[in-house]
Amino acid sequence: MKIGYYPGCSLTGSSREYNESVVALAKVLEIELVEIKDWNCCGATAAHVMNEELSLSLPARIMAIAEEQGLSEVVVPCAACYNRLKMTQHDLEDDAKRTRVVEVLKMPYQGSLKIINVLQMLEAYGSENIKARVTHPFAHKVACYYGCLLVRPHSILQFDRVEDPQSMDSLIRVIGGNSLDWAFKTECCGAGFSVSRTDLVAKLSGNILKDASDRGAEALIVACPMCQSNLDMRRGAINKTLAQPIDIPVIYITQAIGMALGVGALELGLKRHFVNVEL
Amino acid sequence: MSNSNEFEPKIIAFVCNWCTYAGADLTGTSRLKYATNVKIVRFPCTGRIDFLLLLKSFAQGADGVIVSGCHPNDCHYTSGNFHARRRWIAFRTVLDLMGVDIRRIQYSWVSAAEGSKWADLVNNTVADIRALGPYTEYQKVADYLEKEGFDEEA
Amino acid sequence: MSKIGVFICHCGENISATVDVERVAREIGGMEGVAHAIDYKYMCSDPGQTFIKEAVKKYGLDGVVVGACSPRMHEPTFRRACAEAGLNPYLCEMANLREHCSWVHEKSEETTEKAIDLVKMLVEKVKKDKPLESIKVPVTKRALVIGGGIAGIQASLDIANTGHKVILIERDPSIGGHMSQLSETFPTLDCSQCILTPRMVEVAQHPNIKLYTYAELESLEGFIGNFKARIRLKAKSVNYSTCTGCGACIQKCPVKKIPSEFNAGLGTRTAIYVPFPQAVPNKPVIDRVNCNYYKRGACKICEKTCQVGSIEWDKEDEIITEEVGAVVLATGFDVKGADFFPEYGYGKFKDVLTGLQFERLASASGPTFGEIRRPSDGAIPKKIVFIACAGSRDPAKGIPYCSKICCMYTAKHAMLYQHKVHGGESTVFYMDIRAGGKNYEEFVRRAIEEDTVNYVRGRVARVYEKNGKLIVKGVDTLLGGQQVEIEADMVVLATAGVANCGSEQLAQKLHVSYDPYHFFAEAHPKLKPVETNTAGIFLAGACQAPKDIPETVGMASGAAVKVAALFSNDELVREPVVAVVNRLAPPLYSTCVGCFMCETACPYNAIEHEEIKGRDGSLIRTIARVNEGLCQGCGTCVAFCRSKSIDIQGYTNEQVYAEVMSLLND
Repeated sequence: MKIGYYPGCSLTGSSREYNESVVALAKVLEIELVEIKDWNCCGATAAHVMNEELSLSLPARIMAIAEEQGLSEVVVPCAACYNRLKMTQHDLEDDAKRTRVVEVLKMPYQGSLKIINVLQMLEAYGSENIKARVTHPFAHKVACYYGCLLVRPHSILQFDRVEDPQSMDSLIRVIGGNSLDWAFKTECCGAGFSVSRTDLVAKLSGNILKDASDRGAEALIVACPMCQSNLDMRRGAINKTLAQPIDIPVIYITQAIGMALGVGALELGLKRHFVNVEL
Repeated sequence: MSNSNEFEPKIIAFVCNWCTYAGADLTGTSRLKYATNVKIVRFPCTGRIDFLLLLKSFAQGADGVIVSGCHPNDCHYTSGNFHARRRWIAFRTVLDLMGVDIRRIQYSWVSAAEGSKWADLVNNTVADIRALGPYTEYQKVADYLEKEGFDEEA
Repeated sequence: MSKIGVFICHCGENISATVDVERVAREIGGMEGVAHAIDYKYMCSDPGQTFIKEAVKKYGLDGVVVGACSPRMHEPTFRRACAEAGLNPYLCEMANLREHCSWVHEKSEETTEKAIDLVKMLVEKVKKDKPLESIKVPVTKRALVIGGGIAGIQASLDIANTGHKVILIERDPSIGGHMSQLSETFPTLDCSQCILTPRMVEVAQHPNIKLYTYAELESLEGFIGNFKARIRLKAKSVNYSTCTGCGACIQKCPVKKIPSEFNAGLGTRTAIYVPFPQAVPNKPVIDRVNCNYYKRGACKICEKTCQVGSIEWDKEDEIITEEVGAVVLATGFDVKGADFFPEYGYGKFKDVLTGLQFERLASASGPTFGEIRRPSDGAIPKKIVFIACAGSRDPAKGIPYCSKICCMYTAKHAMLYQHKVHGGESTVFYMDIRAGGKNYEEFVRRAIEEDTVNYVRGRVARVYEKNGKLIVKGVDTLLGGQQVEIEADMVVLATAGVANCGSEQLAQKLHVSYDPYHFFAEAHPKLKPVETNTAGIFLAGACQAPKDIPETVGMASGAAVKVAALFSNDELVREPVVAVVNRLAPPLYSTCVGCFMCETACPYNAIEHEEIKGRDGSLIRTIARVNEGLCQGCGTCVAFCRSKSIDIQGYTNEQVYAEVMSLLND
C-alpha cells in the first residue's frame, strides 16, 4: 500500500511522537508513506477565523502539490489538518472560490484528492491483516477519545458516527484490548485555549479524564495531537481541579497498535509523554 | 381615450376561469381603470390553452396576446398551470427561433385576489405593444402560406 | 341557421353609464344568426328572466347570450331560466360587460365597441354550442373505512347511524389504535380506555358495520360511487366462529418473551395472543413469525388446550372483494423511537423512553400495572426529566413541523408522575408551550402551579448514562443560557409524530396525494380538510397531520357527513363540462392513436384505457376514454393531444376558435 502523507506542523513539533508512531507502524504494516514535498501549514484554527481566502489557500496549496506529485490519496494523522483539508476541498467545489484560490496559488487545483485520517487508513488496510500481526495482545481497558474534529461536521466528513463513534474502539478490540463504553468520547477538551485559557482546558479535559477514570480506564487512546497535548501536557493544571489526581496515560492509537505489533517503546515515542506510560 | 390617428393595438387575453378571470372581475368590482384594447377569452384552465391558437390569433390580426392563470401550486385543477408553464417555456424558444416576435406574448400569473395586478398587466402590455407597433409581418406570412397552400407533396 | 336571443342588461346604471347598451342590442340584433335582441334594466330580476323565457318560447330560440355581469355571478341564474323555458341550459352563455368592461373603462366609443365585440364573441361561441346533459353516475351506498383507531371508529359509527353500510378494516388484531394505549387523556384526565371501549363495542355490535380485523387493503379500483376494494384477510390461525375467547391457549403458550407491540416494546406477549384485555374482537391470533409450530413444526400446545378445536393451522390469507361508494382513510400515525436520537443514546439506554412508552408505564393495564418504574432495574424514579420537541421542529432531523400533541401530553405525563410518585422531582425541558385547545392552557398551568412540575425553557444537548443514572445536559435560556445538568433516573422523550408505516404504499394504491412526510394531502388546507383530490376518498384523523383526539373525532364526523351527502342520492349528478374522446364508425373507431399523453396530464386519473375489440374478440386497438365521473373539466388533456382527438364540452376547440376569430375579424 502506498499513500501520500501530510504530517502537518504539530507532528513535526510538539507532537512528534505521533509522527514517530505513524511512521513506525507504517513500516511494520509495509505501508509506504510518500510525504508531500514542500508542504505548508494548513492554517489550523488561526487562518479560518481571520481570513477566509487564506484559510482556503493554505490547504489548497498542500492538495495542489500532492496532485502535482501524482498522489491520489493522502493520509492526514492530525485531526485538525484532516478537518481543514476536507472542509477546504468541500468549499472549493464552489466555482467562484476555486477560481480565486487558483489565482492566489498560481497552481492548478483539481480537487480530486482523497483525504483520509489515520483511522480510515487502518480500516482500509484491513483489521484482519492487523490482527494477524499482533504479537503482544493489548490487554488493557481503555477509553477511546475522538474529540471534535474527526467526526464533525458529519455531512461533509461522512466518517463514523457523530455521537458515540466506534472506529477507534473496533481497532482496539482487534488488537485484543477492552474498549470501554463511556460518555465523553466527543466532548471538547478545550482545544486551542491551551495557552490563553489553561483554566478552561483544565476543567474540560478534567471532565473527560474523570469519566474515563471512573469507568476503570487504564489509558485514554486518542487520534488528535491537540487532544493529546491538553490531556497529557496539562495534567498538572487538570489535577489541581480534581479531588483525586488522575495518572492514567494518554497515548495515540498508532502507539497502541504499534505496541501490540511488537514495536519498541522508543521507536513509538512512548517516552515523550508527560504522564508516564506504564502499560 | 386615444387619438384616432394613433395605432391602437388589438390584444386578446387567454385566461383561466378560476384565478385570472376572477381577478379581472375583482378589478371591475374595485372600479380600477385600464385600457380597452384587451378582450378576455375564458378557459377552464391555462392547461387547456393550445398555444397554436395564439399563433392563429396573430395570423388573424392580433398585435399582442396575454396568457394568464393561477400561480404555480394554486391551480384549481392541481397541475394544469404547471403543464401550461412547461408548454410556454418550450414554445417560447421554438417561436423565437422561428422569428416570431415573442415580446408580443405576455405570460403571467394573476390570482383571484390580484385585481390591481390585472389592471397593471393590461395597461403595461398595451403600452408595450403600442410601442412595438402593429404586427403585420406574421399576418403577411400566414396569408401567403394559406394562399400558396402547404401540401406540396400531395 | 341559428336562432340566438341576445339580452343586454343595463344593470341599473352599472353598465349603461359607460356602455351604450341600446346600440349594442341594436348592432348585435343585425348579426347573422341572431333572431332577437333587446336591452333591459335588470336582466336577473323576475321580469328580466321572464323576458328570456318568453323569447325562448316565442322565437324558438336555440341559444341565449346575456350581456351583463360576470358569469361567475349569474350564469346559474340564467341557465336555470332557460332550462325552465325548455332550452338546454348549456346553450346559454354570458358576456361579461360589467366587471370586464363598463366598470373598468371610461364612457367612450371604444368602450361600447368593446362591449359589442364581447357579445359578438359569445354569440359565435353559442353558435357552436351543443346541448349537454348532466352526467349521472350511480352510487353504491356502502362505505369503506380504513383504520380502526378513534378516527375510523367515529367515522364508522357516524356513517352507520345515517343508515348506510360500513366496512371497517384494521390491520392489527384489534381495533382501538393509539388511543387504547393511553392511560389518561388531557385535559380531563379521563381514563382513555374507559371512554374508548364502549365505542369499540358499539362498532362490533352495530348492525350496519362489518368489521374485519387483521386485514389490510390489497387494492382499490374504480371511482367515486363505484369502487371495488380487494381486502386481504390475514390468516389468524384461529377460527373466530367457534372460538369463545376463553384465553386458555394464551395461558399455556410456551413462547412468552415476544416484545409486546401494544406495550410499545416494554412488556412481552405470547405467540398466540390478544393484544390487550379489552381488545375487540376479544379473540386471539397466532403470530406465525414467532410461533414454534410455524417455525419448526413443534409444540401445538394451544390446540391441545382448546376445548372447542378452534386452531386452524393451515388457514391461508383470504382475499375478498367488496363494492363500495366511498372510502374514509383513518390510518393514524406513529411516533419516532428513542433510537432516532444519537444525542440521547441511540436507543440503547433502557431508561430513556418515548412518550408512548411512558403511557404504558402509567397505564393500569400496562407492564408495571400503572406504577412508574425504570425498565432497567424496576426501581421507582425519584428524578425524571421530560424532553419536549424531541425531533419535532428540527429541520436538521428532517422533521420541521410541530407534532402538536406533545406539549399537552408532556404536561399530562409530568402530572401523572407527580400524582403517582410523591416527592418525586420532575423537570420538563421545553421550547414553547402549545396549549391552544379548550381548557388546555389551564391544564398546563395546573401542572406547573399545583403539581410543582419544573419547567425549564431550553433544549437538552445530550443524555448519557453513568453509574445507573442518566446525566441530562440542558440549558435554561430564561436564565441567560445557564447550563443545567440533572442526574435523572428516567428520561422521557416527547418524540415526533410521523406518518404510520405503509402510508406511502397505501396512498399510491388509492391515488391519493401525500406530502413529503407521507401525511395524506387534503384537497384544500383551509376549506376542504376532510376531502382529498381523489373524488370519493376522504380523510379523518392523524393520517392527515398530527392532531389530538377532539380534532380527530370532529374530522371523522366531518368525513362521515361528506360520505352521507354522497350517499343521499341514488345518483351523483355532475356538470357535463368534461372531456370526451371522439368516437367514429369502424374501421377508424376514433382518431385517438392511444399515446396516452392525456393520461399523464390528468391530475384526477380520469383517463381510462378502452380496448376496441373486433367481432371475434381480438384486440384491434387500445384508445383513451374519459371517465366522466372523475373528469373535472380542466382541459389540460385537450392541449396535450397531438391528434386533437379529445375535446372538452363547453370549451371545444371549435368554440374557442370561433371566439378568437370573431374578436379579430372586423
